[in-house]
Amino acid sequence: MAPVTLSNEHQKDYRSNSLWRLTLRRILRQRNAVLGMVILSFLLIMAVFADVIAPYAPEQVLIGLEEGIKKRQPPCIHLLGCPKDKPQHLMGIDGNVRDQFSRVVHGSRISLMIGFTTVGFAIIIGTILGAISGFFGGWVDNVIMRILDVLMAFPSLLLAITIVSVLGPGLQNALLAIAIVTIPVYARVVRASVLSIKEMPYVAASRALGGNSVHILLNRVLPNAIPPLIVTGTLGIGTAILDAAALSFLGLGAQPPMPEWGTMLGSERNQVFTAPHLVFYPGIAIMLTVLSFNLLGDGLRDAIDPRLGQTQN
Amino acid sequence: MIQYTIRRLLMAIPVIIGILIVTFALARMIPGEPCKAMLGEKATPEVCARFNVRYGFDKPITTQFGIYMRDILSGDFGQSIRFSRPVTIILIERLPLTMELGTIALLIAISIGIPAGIISAVKRNSIWDVFTMIGANIGVSMPVYWLGLMLQFLFAILLKDTFLQLAPSGRLAPGLVAIPFYEIWGWELAKETVGYHFLEFFSNMYIFNSLITGDWKLLGDAVKHMIMPAMALSTIPLAIIARMTRSSMLEVMKQDYIRTARSKGLKQNKVVLKHAFRNALLPVVTIIGLQVGTIFAGAVLTESIFGLAGVGRILFEAITARDYPIIQAFTVVIAAGYVFINLIVDLSYVFIDPRIRLE
Repeated sequence: MAPVTLSNEHQKDYRSNSLWRLTLRRILRQRNAVLGMVILSFLLIMAVFADVIAPYAPEQVLIGLEEGIKKRQPPCIHLLGCPKDKPQHLMGIDGNVRDQFSRVVHGSRISLMIGFTTVGFAIIIGTILGAISGFFGGWVDNVIMRILDVLMAFPSLLLAITIVSVLGPGLQNALLAIAIVTIPVYARVVRASVLSIKEMPYVAASRALGGNSVHILLNRVLPNAIPPLIVTGTLGIGTAILDAAALSFLGLGAQPPMPEWGTMLGSERNQVFTAPHLVFYPGIAIMLTVLSFNLLGDGLRDAIDPRLGQTQN
Repeated sequence: MIQYTIRRLLMAIPVIIGILIVTFALARMIPGEPCKAMLGEKATPEVCARFNVRYGFDKPITTQFGIYMRDILSGDFGQSIRFSRPVTIILIERLPLTMELGTIALLIAISIGIPAGIISAVKRNSIWDVFTMIGANIGVSMPVYWLGLMLQFLFAILLKDTFLQLAPSGRLAPGLVAIPFYEIWGWELAKETVGYHFLEFFSNMYIFNSLITGDWKLLGDAVKHMIMPAMALSTIPLAIIARMTRSSMLEVMKQDYIRTARSKGLKQNKVVLKHAFRNALLPVVTIIGLQVGTIFAGAVLTESIFGLAGVGRILFEAITARDYPIIQAFTVVIAAGYVFINLIVDLSYVFIDPRIRLE
């Protein structure tokens, strides 16, 4: 039998209606998701061009470079009436006489990196576990899911804190801990998708054509389990950033002098009454970052699952 | 019902055992020998040998786990290394504060979150709806500890010398002492008995204690000190409850029976509260149960900011001081409490939705 080929015109049609394009169009129709994307774009630009945007290096101590500079100096913004002859410090000076604005800008790199690596790691392990569990079922499923049930029985941040306490403080260990505690979430999402997809006619067709389990799992089942994973992952990045910042705030994550927002907040927390700007700005930065991922994730969910969209929006 | 409850309880047992295994394993996975981790520089081989015999580290790992299980089931969590006191006693001192704080936070979250979600759903796309959803989105994105610090700055510095001023930390104003209700009522109790610790546990909830003894001055002060930490702790649950209530209500409001109720000429309030809300409650209650975990974890952060000597703060201090018996015990208690509360939530489904028959 001659292979059926689509004319160019048909192909174009087909592509313009593909899941991703439809999804993108639906996302762009939602105010929340667009707002999330705008904030996220700003953050990405800030992270990529941090060296250009930040007037100082994040760990640069300004003693001796500027006359009369004092630690924890309040912000000096020329537009808001700070004398022009004084150097501008948009977010003031921190406890170690460094430019707070430069540190907050550079912090965006670390936070985005934290979000993507932890969720990426958790998704990979979660997908493997969830796929095996859902696809093969039986005792394998039972064992994997019961172990994950136990992990889920702990409040996640608390388990992360306990794991870091065993591994020892540090950014890397904190990331590992957060990834471990979030694995069950992704494993469950993948398992649920795999369970419903493996009953689909096209999977049966693939099996009838003689495809082996691994082939069917990788080429027929998993690609179709991706959309819900993207939604959960996007929302998960926000939570991961929030949790990582909390660990750093407690001194268990990123260590000074690294310009991590949670660490910056933690080291100046006792100065909140005398130098509130040092606490205010890193907090706002964390909130905006998490907010952008949450808005985008909500938008994605509504766009990918139109049935949910009707109730959510 | 009874049968279901028993089955559900039995199903929780493997999870609890799992929790015990995880915490046991985590404590044993600490790099280096426990003796060196606990004693530091004092750990010479002879001291370590004695230490291992004393704490049972010389026995096979399975025996150790057996002993650990036996002790925990009999309510013995071992001795704190830092305080040289039984961990169980420390729990009795610290847990009431966290329970009180968590309960108030959860009450704030429920009493604001549910009405906000209902109004949002009923007046969909109104300015109120937009405002609530923006608020909810910001609420889930806000670091608890940051909000706590900002509230401290607002209420203790910016609003200083106004009637809204609040103390930035502590449980009671200096000079005030909470006298346990059993002492006020003149109960003669032998110390160090189970009954004594039981009463001590309840008297350590200052708000409860002052309420039943009628000490209004103390009650006012205790509540005033709780407002800020409870507010900070309640933001995330509040936002999540409001969102869940809204989406659940929207789903229900589309149903035919709501249209029927309306066409019967029922008043809006009756339709919304009696017909819609009762049916929308189930997912909301589920999410409330899950928020208990958020609150316990948030307590670690909130308590350390507001200088409250609760479970969260001692857990954090134990982690920095490597006081493993405390870490182990408190993690087990919190996780078991979390499982237990979600079990109650599961069982409450029958009362919320009579259509559900648990068989």
